[in-house]
Amino acid sequence: MEVLIDDSLLIKNYINGDERALEILINKHNSRISGFIYSKVNDRNITEDIFQDTFIKVIRTLKRGSYSEEGKFLPWVMRIAHNLIIDHFRKTSRMPMFEGSDSFNIFSFVSDDRLNIEKQMIKEQIDCDLNLLIEELPADQKQVLQMRIYRDMSFKEISEITGVSINTALGRMRYALINLRKIIERNNIVLTN
Amino acid sequence: MENIYVNNKKECKLIKVKPETIQFLLDYSKSLHFVEKDGIVFQSNLN
Repeated sequence: MEVLIDDSLLIKNYINGDERALEILINKHNSRISGFIYSKVNDRNITEDIFQDTFIKVIRTLKRGSYSEEGKFLPWVMRIAHNLIIDHFRKTSRMPMFEGSDSFNIFSFVSDDRLNIEKQMIKEQIDCDLNLLIEELPADQKQVLQMRIYRDMSFKEISEITGVSINTALGRMRYALINLRKIIERNNIVLTN
Repeated sequence: MENIYVNNKKECKLIKVKPETIQFLLDYSKSLHFVEKDGIVFQSNLN
């Protein structure tokens, strides 16, 4: 049979160094205090946190000898818990927290378009390999391809600079691409990202 | 009706904090010491 010991006696024993008295006190009021906290915050984990913070304050006050025994231990603990609950709500209203769910994911709206480091390295490797392949092309084809792809020039501009007709520039570009494909196939090169 | 209420009552569980939380508080209490010297209170946590 459980023997109910008065709170004031337990507190007195605890202040005198009996750590077991604290365990009895906590277990005695566990469900009332945690039930009170849970009824306000509606979250098990936050209840655990506030309960813990409440008793840390209780322990510190009792150990410092600042507690004045007036036979109102439970109301005092409840008031500490109540103040911590208010602090919790003040904090969460200052820093609102959004949690994702199956229907809402913040990363659907916020994204980073940059390539990740692995894809970036692959892209650099492909660019490097492609430059080596372009070097294999005949000079006239290489010139048109570089102007078109790397300098983003129109075929009209290319024809004016190289002194050939637009059709010739187009033809050189076409042969440049055909030859590049041939080199790639001949050497079994795989260019993918 | 009475029987139903009695059966349901057994399903009801009171909220209690986890034993780990209580153990933490007990360990914290054991480690915490206050020493007063010349009117100044010193706090120490001895693990």
